Amino acid sequence: MLNYLEPLIESAVANVRLAKVTRRGVLGTTGAFALAAYAMPARAFDTYATGAASMEHGLVEDPMVFVSIDAEGTVTLVAHRSEMGTGSRTSIPMVMADEMEADWARVKIVQAPGDEPRYGNQDTDGSRSMRHHIQMARKIGGAVRTMLARAAAEQWGLDPAQVTVEMHEVKAPSGQSLGFGELAEAAMAQPVPAHEDIAYKSEDQFRYIGKGEVQITDLHDITTGNAIYGADVILPGMKCAVIARPPVVGGKALSFDATEALKVPGVESVHELPYASMPTQFAPLGGIAVVARNTWAATQGRDRLEIEWEAGPHGGYSSEPYMAEMIATSEQPGTVARDQGDFDAALAGAAKTFTGTYTQDHIAHIPMEPPAAIASYTAEGLEIWAPVQSPYTTRKDAAKALGLDIGQVTVNVTLLGGGFGRKSKADFVTEAALLSREVGAPVRVQWTREDDVKHSFYHTTSVERIDVALDESGKVTGWRHRSVAPSILSTFAPDEGNVLPLELAMGMTDLPFDLPNIRCEHGKALAHTRIGWFRSVSNIPHAWAIGSCVGELAHELGKDQKEMWLELIGAPRSLDLKQAGLSDDFWNYGEPMDEFPIETGRLANVLNVAADGIGYGQDLPEGEAIGLAVHRSFVSYVACAARVKVVEGRITVPEMHMAIDCGFAANPERIQSQLQGAAVMGMTVALHSGITFEDGAVIQSNYYDYDVVRSDNFPAVVTHIVPQPFSVHATGVGEPGVPPVSPAIANALFAATGERRRHLPMGTEA
Amino acid sequence: MTTILLNGVERDFDEDPSMPLLWAIRDVAGLTGTKYGCGAGLCGACTVHVEGKAVRACQTSLSAVEGKEVTTIEGLDPEGNHPVQVAWRDLNVPQCGFCQPGQIMQAAAFLGETPKPSDEEILAAMSGNVCRCGCYQRIVEAVRHASTGI
Repeated sequence: MLNYLEPLIESAVANVRLAKVTRRGVLGTTGAFALAAYAMPARAFDTYATGAASMEHGLVEDPMVFVSIDAEGTVTLVAHRSEMGTGSRTSIPMVMADEMEADWARVKIVQAPGDEPRYGNQDTDGSRSMRHHIQMARKIGGAVRTMLARAAAEQWGLDPAQVTVEMHEVKAPSGQSLGFGELAEAAMAQPVPAHEDIAYKSEDQFRYIGKGEVQITDLHDITTGNAIYGADVILPGMKCAVIARPPVVGGKALSFDATEALKVPGVESVHELPYASMPTQFAPLGGIAVVARNTWAATQGRDRLEIEWEAGPHGGYSSEPYMAEMIATSEQPGTVARDQGDFDAALAGAAKTFTGTYTQDHIAHIPMEPPAAIASYTAEGLEIWAPVQSPYTTRKDAAKALGLDIGQVTVNVTLLGGGFGRKSKADFVTEAALLSREVGAPVRVQWTREDDVKHSFYHTTSVERIDVALDESGKVTGWRHRSVAPSILSTFAPDEGNVLPLELAMGMTDLPFDLPNIRCEHGKALAHTRIGWFRSVSNIPHAWAIGSCVGELAHELGKDQKEMWLELIGAPRSLDLKQAGLSDDFWNYGEPMDEFPIETGRLANVLNVAADGIGYGQDLPEGEAIGLAVHRSFVSYVACAARVKVVEGRITVPEMHMAIDCGFAANPERIQSQLQGAAVMGMTVALHSGITFEDGAVIQSNYYDYDVVRSDNFPAVVTHIVPQPFSVHATGVGEPGVPPVSPAIANALFAATGERRRHLPMGTEA
Repeated sequence: MTTILLNGVERDFDEDPSMPLLWAIRDVAGLTGTKYGCGAGLCGACTVHVEGKAVRACQTSLSAVEGKEVTTIEGLDPEGNHPVQVAWRDLNVPQCGFCQPGQIMQAAAFLGETPKPSDEEILAAMSGNVCRCGCYQRIVEAVRHASTGI
């Protein structure tokens, strides 16, 4: 039955090249890196502006904050971004180490606590870690190497230009050498050199950068069970808590009876937490907490609580009528967000029109590690251990909830057992903080999987309607995209049903098609649950709709998918904002448009790479076909070519080719793992996961009714990374792989079966 | 009182015998390598060995393992160098890593019983272990890689 196994294994072998390399073994034959020309400005790399500077607390580039070297020569590097699986805790320090000429085997990584004034912005989301820190990491590494060289030169009475730095050692022409440890104190006393005065490596001198041969930082601990995640910190006297939360956001307990709960051996106390109403921001939902000696007792206690809930203002939220209402809204004119040319005239003069309406249910992130956090409140303050993407926001939120000064709160960041956006929202941490103060002991709050599925910050549900005008020759003359979806904004401010411009800028208003008349509109949709960001955010529904529509147009016009895509993308060019009817300050993922333009040539290129990779155009047996989609998000370009095969009535996706152009690829091995993961998550979005509501509460509970792709049906992924020099700025990787996957699968499914599905999830039955 | 041989050491648990082994291991014995993922036997994050067989610790009560040998990820190999662990490292398998102890315990027990599995057997044996990051391709490859070293 699983006859797609062979390509799976073959491609896995072809693409995973890390086997059997030791840390020392990965080192190439790069020669000694001479500092000879360190003072020549030409050796400094050309810096470029990014959105990092405009992030809260911006960027800190001080090596004294991020690097320390002890007398034994151990180089300790601070990882200030959270590790949730993208590899940032490996890749950013790896860049520092390479530029420093440190031996990776002698590098230790420590995790920064939540302290943005010290470390710069720590919000680990938006696919920004490498994009905003690759220059900073090179600068820090280069500065430290320069300081080591100067310290050695001073000691030897030489000109710094005469010494070389190689693999943890500084060498003199005489053959004398000093280790990093021996030089540590003197080097750290040197002034930090300016960027212009640092002789950086040239790209061919990189040892680790761009090679993809470094093992991830926590690999040994992960494989031996010693890695510490949110629930794994054990404090003396720590209590375990689980919480019964209101089934409907904004609801509360009218009354509760904890008599039976308190009879459970091990249960120690029951506490009512304050309730939240929309907009909740990241405040806990409230509810009844059971505190016990262990998690099992707490869970048993919670099961025995008698609670009468009041639903509150959102008890009428049911997905089916809500979807019908959104569809009705999409049939009416909305607020215009982009107006290029004259769509109405194009429509009026059209020889033919096409309309497609594409819908999506909510999604929950369900990271393998459900939310969990530990808090210890004492007279001195509050200390937290938590798996959070935003440790500084977490700290501010906890301080606010407990009426503390932020200086009294410490947030230690553990590893994250997955995040995907869920763990940017630290409601679960504040719960632990509140309970620790209540019980006067350290408390661990553990969310069960059911809690996680039922009380998330959900990816929006949406209706995307696209109307296309065509002339007599079948050329597209007009494109109107209407989006209707409750907004993330509703979680932060009183809801008026409007989306944020940046949500539309995720793949809708930045449409790069070469068409004379384009209009984007959005209709109102009031939120009735907490809407949050999920890996790649609004790009999912936008790419789903646009990519599906392109597939439908190809069919309508009798063209093949690739031809249709390339015709719409048009000639290589940078999108002209003015011509597109967009404002100069267009969001562009926070990046300056002149440094990170929307380049159609790169978009078309990745499509070609993925299509060629999978052998698009080949003859396939009946019930089997290839679908294509391409999308720019997080300033990267990703194409997906998916081969769908119907096996005994079940939709399978035996093979996917993912092609990415993310500018300079600092750690290709982690880029590959992110794309393998995005293919799986994209397939889960396409076929499996939908969160729906009835009377304000989530219907699904656990993996049995909210399932994911598993090892018996995952796609064999072949990853293609477009090679680019450092001058082509590094862009996002964590998120942009997800959006093109569902339209590629839908287009393949249609080509294989003749059935067009327009709702996500599509289901697993053909 | 329940006595089990935990990672080779006899250990008494003075807890409700209906307590799932998962919570006895994590909250009482303080071994946190075994993860809570779903509490319903649906994801495999809590996989441990009982008498060498892979079981879901969240679905196994303390009383069911009375007098039995229980091995967690911490006890799989004294140096952490079981062929499955080594294969996982050779292929840089994990992303977030949270499900990996369960994946490794599942793979180790499976290869103990089926040292030279077919690819179909690997996929079937591992299908109960969810990885939300989507590391399946490398997981399957690592199991094959390990099978040549067992």
